[in-house]
Amino acid sequence: MRIDRRQFLKILGIGAFIGVGGWSMFEVVSKREIEAFVERYKKVPEALQAKRWAMVIDLKKLDEKIMNDCIEICHRIHNVPALLNPKEEIKWIWKEKFKYVFPEMKDEYMPEEIKNKYVLVLCNHCENPPCVRVCPTKATFKRKDGIVMMDMHRCIGCRFCMAGCPYGARSFNWRDPRQYVKEENKEFPLRMKGVVEKCTFCYERIDRGLPPACVEVSKGAIVFGDITDPNSEVRKILASNFAIRRKPKLGTKPSIYYLL
Amino acid sequence: MYDGWKIIIGLLVFVGFVTLPFTLSIGKDYIKVDPKIDTPEIQKLPSAERKCVESKEFMRKEHMKMLIDWRDAVVREGKTLYVNSEGKSFNMSLQNTCMQCHSNKSKFCDECHNYLAVKPYCWDCHLEPKEDKKEARR
Repeated sequence: MRIDRRQFLKILGIGAFIGVGGWSMFEVVSKREIEAFVERYKKVPEALQAKRWAMVIDLKKLDEKIMNDCIEICHRIHNVPALLNPKEEIKWIWKEKFKYVFPEMKDEYMPEEIKNKYVLVLCNHCENPPCVRVCPTKATFKRKDGIVMMDMHRCIGCRFCMAGCPYGARSFNWRDPRQYVKEENKEFPLRMKGVVEKCTFCYERIDRGLPPACVEVSKGAIVFGDITDPNSEVRKILASNFAIRRKPKLGTKPSIYYLL
Repeated sequence: MYDGWKIIIGLLVFVGFVTLPFTLSIGKDYIKVDPKIDTPEIQKLPSAERKCVESKEFMRKEHMKMLIDWRDAVVREGKTLYVNSEGKSFNMSLQNTCMQCHSNKSKFCDECHNYLAVKPYCWDCHLEPKEDKKEARR
């Protein structure tokens, strides 16, 4: 049988129509596969949402007691071990002297009380985080809401992130932390020997609709909110106050602002 | 056959040696895997609610994959609710959901894991529920 081009294309067309529109399509997309598209994992409706979380810490309102309260609650709810040796200590949020927190601002004639004033420091949750860039396993990553998170399951303990972080916000577990946790919070996991940990901006509280724990106990000295929202409290404070960030020339764009 | 008796004795010794693991266990009790789900927390539940997040068969086969999916959803995507095949939702958490009912880690987790010589590293970091030590060690 000889067929010409016209007939050949007709047969091809009909064949393609039957192939695409025929029963086989209904069989391929079965009920099972449609079910798989239904969302299995959901956010809690009350979870706090933002494009980028930020924090403003007012140094005028901070005193010794508030700082200690913040450290205490953070380290307690996150099962942070109390290792006293400074070479092995684990810290998520801690106190440091002004002259070390803002070394580029240190001036010969700066009043001593400012130089030696204690400042509350924590992970800056940078917009351009060097720790995320250097992590070889993507154990540390930036969430959609700007939180620089740690996935402890993936951390291999290479400590590149510690070398990358210009703020010293990360601590390495040199030993099994379990015996150094005095009071375990049963709702939060611990870490194991050989992983790096840091402040996670209380992601577990934000995902349940609660502000970070340090904000809650700070009596107004720490304000947090969405920095991309012009009506948020952080933006209002930043619009009417002079605020500084740590080591701005490095270009990491920290999300933690300080008011003097 | 030259030296036939030597060969036959050699073969018999060989066969005896190879089958030693079987012959030695004759008459001995085999280890029975007996995971328990009868914790006080589960027994307190009304029988209609006495169900896991998915069916028993599914959990038996897929719990390891499910836990990994849960971990990725919670840690990486910030999603904390799991909607099961019946449309009921659960908080995805090993410590706060699974172990709240299955408070008998040694009889629920370790029983089969030990038998199969699998060593999941969950409990390196996650806190296990406190158990009666007498019951836990066997």
